[in-house]
Amino acid sequence: MIEILIVLVKIILALVWFLTLTLYLTWVERKESAVIQDRIGANRASILGLRLIGLFQPFADAIKMIFKEDFTPSFSKKFLHNLAPFLSFFFVAITIIAIPFGDVVHLAGRAIKLQIFDANVGLLFVLAMLSLGIYGILISGWSSNNRFTILGGLRGTAQLISYEVAFGLSLIGLIMVYPSLQLSQIVHFQGELIFGFLPKWGILLQPLGFMIFIVAALAETKRVPFDLPEGESEIIGFFTEYSGLKWGLFMMTDFMEIIIISCLVTSLFFGGWQVPWLTADGFHFPWGGSWLMPHWLVIIFQVTAFNLKVFFFCWLQVLIRWTYPRYRYDQLMDLGWKLLIPLSLVNIVGTGIVMSI
Amino acid sequence: MIKALEYFVEIIRGSIITARHFVVNIFFHILKVLGIKTKRKGAVTIQYPEEKKELAFRHRSLHRLLKRENGRPRCVACMLCATVCPSECIYVEAAEDPEEPEIQKYPAKFIIDLSRCCFCGFCVEACPEDALRMDTGQIELARYSRQDLIYDLEELTK
Repeated sequence: MIEILIVLVKIILALVWFLTLTLYLTWVERKESAVIQDRIGANRASILGLRLIGLFQPFADAIKMIFKEDFTPSFSKKFLHNLAPFLSFFFVAITIIAIPFGDVVHLAGRAIKLQIFDANVGLLFVLAMLSLGIYGILISGWSSNNRFTILGGLRGTAQLISYEVAFGLSLIGLIMVYPSLQLSQIVHFQGELIFGFLPKWGILLQPLGFMIFIVAALAETKRVPFDLPEGESEIIGFFTEYSGLKWGLFMMTDFMEIIIISCLVTSLFFGGWQVPWLTADGFHFPWGGSWLMPHWLVIIFQVTAFNLKVFFFCWLQVLIRWTYPRYRYDQLMDLGWKLLIPLSLVNIVGTGIVMSI
Repeated sequence: MIKALEYFVEIIRGSIITARHFVVNIFFHILKVLGIKTKRKGAVTIQYPEEKKELAFRHRSLHRLLKRENGRPRCVACMLCATVCPSECIYVEAAEDPEEPEIQKYPAKFIIDLSRCCFCGFCVEACPEDALRMDTGQIELARYSRQDLIYDLEELTK
């Protein structure tokens, strides 16, 4: 009974964390793009004259989207048309259950993992669910029964499938180094030290794998350097026929993908919840000093470290989105098939050679 | 291969430029929040309804008709402004002025339809009496109906 309650609380907490961060990532996107371009950004949404640098903007957006007309074109395939945004949303939202937020908490004689579902194939689970998100795109493009949307859907599918290969291959080197597919295990291995002082983070062991992974992951999120499926202004994308909250679900999917990619990059390459030299009983510095801490403080340090790393990668992805122009379609395919996949194969071979030595 | 490497370096440089903009602007924003006044600002934005930019010396805004010392309009109803107006928004009706025989004519009606005016300023240049100027500084001319945008003699001499 209490086990089920614990799991329920964890699910609710994780979803609240995820959706709040999604909501405020729209605000971060607006503000960060504004600051990059020497502007101020949306700051007019207010409650009782209280503006707080536009922090209420996401709520204003949500209210607007809820009350907009939810228009379904008469020529669309109704059932699939309604299903597509939910598919797209669901497959991203469910990946949060495999992300480790922190180490095991010992509370009242129980060991509670700060992770909802610690599967021994957690990494494969996340990759599979992210790949299934393609169905949302393809079905939305196809069921709208509109030439432009089906072309957008096909572009999206081709792009995501070709980047899926590099996305998966770039992680094989990592799986070879940390011999596990369990995300919590991978994070645990990153707590060890190389040469006694460097944390054994994935970025140090797999720099090439990290580069390939981040480019493929950016392509997976379908945002600006790789936003061919949508092409907001010029090439018409797959959710042209959607309005209101269903359109909002597609936008939310984009932002949730950013967060999931940030969580993955953090967990796989930047030590997850590991803080350098922090073990279960406190800091043990390589130069000899140590700072012992109670259990709860260690957990707070770990969760804060995880959150800060995730925020940093969300920030970085928004920065990338507001820096680069869009790839042309053939350049996109060239980059995926001719550069990233050979490089990821080289990475696997190189990792194997180094490991066997 | 070397070309691809150069391309990669340029990509990194691009993101460093945007990151630099972000960091520098955030620094000045934080200084402003802390109440420290700096010459440079975090953003070039002028938050319009609250703060307004000073109009340029040569700006063109709402028209005004100038008056003589005795309070009569300076306009002699020569029709040059109505003739030169490219959007044909000025309507002048001339009448004889019995009080001032030297000048003879005065505008009985002088109507500018601001919903058509393109603020080119040709009427001001054409005026031989320097009776019409566009220097009131009023640029917020939005109205709820077209009728309100038709300005007559009284409103223009105000």
